[in-house]
Amino acid sequence: MALRRPWRRTHLGSEADRATFRTLHTASLASPALREGLTVESAERSIRHLRTLLGTPAVALTDGDRLLAWDGAGSGHHAAQTAELATATLERGGTRLVDPDDLTCAQPDCPIRAGVVSPLVIEERLVGTLQVFGPYATASLARAADEVAHWVSGQLELAELDASRRRLMEAEVRALRAQISPHFIYNSLGAIASFVRTDPERARDLLLEFADFTRYSFRKHGEFTTLSEELRSVERYLLLEQARFGDRLRVRLSVAPEVLPTTVPFLCLQPLVENAVRHGLSGTQQGGRIRISAADLGQECVIEVEDDGIGEDPEKVRRALAGDDASDSIGLGNVDSRLRNAFGDDFGLVVETAPGAGTKVTVRIPKFASGVHA
Amino acid sequence: MSLDAAPGIIAVTLVTVATVAIGTWGLRFSRTTSDFFVASRTVHPRLNASAIGGEYLSAASFLGIAGLVLTFGAEMLWYPIGWTAGYLVLLVLVAAPLRRSGAYTLPDFAEARLGSRAIRLLCSLLVVAIGWLYLMPQFQGAGITLHAVAGAPTWTGPLIVGAVVLVNVMSGGMRSITFVQAFQYWLKLTALLLPAAVLLIVWAGEGRPRPDVDAAWSLPLADGGGIGLYTTYSLILATFLGTMGLPHVVVRFYTNPDGRAARQTTLTVLALLGVFYLIPPVYGALGRVHTAELASADALVLELPRLMLPGPLGDVLTGLVVAGAFAAFLSTSSGLTIALAGVLSQDLVAKLPQHRLSGVAAFRLASVVAVAIPCIAAVAVPHVSIARAVGLAFAVAASTFCPLLLLGIWWRRLTDVGAAAGLMIGFVGSGGAVVWTLSGGSEPPLLDALLAQPAAWSVPLAFAAMVLGSLCTPRRVPAHTSRLLVRLHTPESVPLDRG
Repeated sequence: MALRRPWRRTHLGSEADRATFRTLHTASLASPALREGLTVESAERSIRHLRTLLGTPAVALTDGDRLLAWDGAGSGHHAAQTAELATATLERGGTRLVDPDDLTCAQPDCPIRAGVVSPLVIEERLVGTLQVFGPYATASLARAADEVAHWVSGQLELAELDASRRRLMEAEVRALRAQISPHFIYNSLGAIASFVRTDPERARDLLLEFADFTRYSFRKHGEFTTLSEELRSVERYLLLEQARFGDRLRVRLSVAPEVLPTTVPFLCLQPLVENAVRHGLSGTQQGGRIRISAADLGQECVIEVEDDGIGEDPEKVRRALAGDDASDSIGLGNVDSRLRNAFGDDFGLVVETAPGAGTKVTVRIPKFASGVHA
Repeated sequence: MSLDAAPGIIAVTLVTVATVAIGTWGLRFSRTTSDFFVASRTVHPRLNASAIGGEYLSAASFLGIAGLVLTFGAEMLWYPIGWTAGYLVLLVLVAAPLRRSGAYTLPDFAEARLGSRAIRLLCSLLVVAIGWLYLMPQFQGAGITLHAVAGAPTWTGPLIVGAVVLVNVMSGGMRSITFVQAFQYWLKLTALLLPAAVLLIVWAGEGRPRPDVDAAWSLPLADGGGIGLYTTYSLILATFLGTMGLPHVVVRFYTNPDGRAARQTTLTVLALLGVFYLIPPVYGALGRVHTAELASADALVLELPRLMLPGPLGDVLTGLVVAGAFAAFLSTSSGLTIALAGVLSQDLVAKLPQHRLSGVAAFRLASVVAVAIPCIAAVAVPHVSIARAVGLAFAVAASTFCPLLLLGIWWRRLTDVGAAAGLMIGFVGSGGAVVWTLSGGSEPPLLDALLAQPAAWSVPLAFAAMVLGSLCTPRRVPAHTSRLLVRLHTPESVPLDRG
């Protein structure tokens, strides 16, 4: 027993350790809201924890010129003064003490007599203030306010980073749209032209398919679509390629109708099929076979795109998936990163290939993922 | 083994072999049927409705109702009515918004609506509990069937059906192949309708003898008094509101391309079930004409053809109903096992900290757990009438998922704390009553009635807890609520940025 007591006492750490833990825990409670950026909603959700962190009677968060949230005493008569303090701070920059003279107060029992205002900075841009109020404006309060404001700024910067990463993803999708190769457009139109005299009816149908295909590929909105839409576009693409290659391109499509409503990232199959067509047909005169299948696996749907063409060096594919721009596998890395981004790292592309042995790409898509809808 | 057993054993063997064969080759079969330009061919609502009917009509519908009508008379007709009308509530209040939410399972819906992993986990546990409660009577029904047709001991049924279901699910078969499940509905309907028609003709030929019954049998609520009235209302509440909380029914709605198709599907399901449920009471009434006593009332459907028609025709009809009954166990159990194994593997087995299993291994382990526990329970728990035991599963579903779905879809102030409170109170209340009833408690009559049919108090209690809990935590209303509700309720034809 005597031996175990010291262990027990140290087991949760010394008093100082525990204070650190408490502080870190409170900070971790405030951070998820702040990681969404500086809004009324995020301010309201985080400000309670910020006040716990500072241990003062009242705390306020503002953006450039208005109050976002107030926590603690005196919300009625002092809240109106925060906007003025914010604009003053943003004009001058730096942490500022607020004298009792500036905080006129009619109520004798109000604990708010002085305050500290610290600016919130994102990438050297002043976006708001953290205002801390109490009976006295001490140097330690100023220091604490300054540190917390720094930390909040850090969180807001991370939020900005998240947002820019999202913008980057959107830009990638846009880039993919623009990537529909000029060769494909040129070749398709050439193939259609060759039918204009011999089989005008077919030429007309193909032109309409071409129009529908480009309309879908260039559509503006939406990061996601349904598997059914995506497959329809793939079918159009294959129809146009078949007009060009004729019997050399043989396609087998088998789809379980149960998975057609599944939500998938926009243009996630197109690049895979394009690769399959290119690999399946290059370097052979007999042409190639392509198999596309979508099967139902309970909570998931599994899509496979397979060709019996020349295959590829696995090392090269690995580099393409890692984001290294291998010229031969356009879009593979892009599709992989968008799948991981939407559904998590368990749902990346699986590519099975070897030189001369064809290629099979497998995509697994969960039927439901939170935040993902067409 | 007597000659009597032959038709039943042949029927059981045929259905089992056919099911395993479809399970093993079905996946490949379903792959090769589709060909170029299939993407637009989503599952038609009519086909999907048949599939829902095939998965939904269980041993309780096929055997249980007739037995209850035989023993207790007209007031038991509320069971088939409630099991059909549950889809009416589903149609009006839930089907389309649930489909538009994009959720595949009930835990998915909870996560989408409330944005909370904890609620998701709680819902997963509830799905498993309800699924087990639903599977247990299916396995018991299999025991009764084998006993009735071949004199086998009752523990063999759960074992055989459990093993077949497990082999089937693990081999990847039956996995929501819509066509196979749709076929099951028509098989069950034929297996019940054809013998019923023949037996009715025989009955008419005998000069339409009237059953020897008293008013208590032919009039609902004739002698129940206050307790009888309570039991009836409670049953109505449980069956009307419980259907939407059944895990294997909800996953089928995902197959619909949109909310409109989900509504059409539900409407067709109503019609299909309405037709099917006309038949079991016929067996109950005819049974009353020819016999009042059976060792097990649940075996009535299986015994009646031979009672009325000794000879080869009776044997053929017996074979047919046995085949239908076995198909009912297998399709419902397979559907439930897949739904349960999916939830178990995704939310529970895969989350085990040390042993991270691959997807397939986790699914197989989950299937074994999903089947083994109700199998053991089916042998260990004393036999309650099949329809009643299934009714208890409905009561639990109505006390937990019904408030979550209705408030989640129609009330914007629902919070995760409120939902957790309602789910837990509903589950503890109705689940406690189930444990009491299954362990055979029977003293004083009022308490017994309250616990045998808990829905009338446990459903309002769960609703109240959910509403109160939500009103007490207004700050926890998820930020995306308005956006989500707009998406749930706006018809697909309205042009709208749903992002």
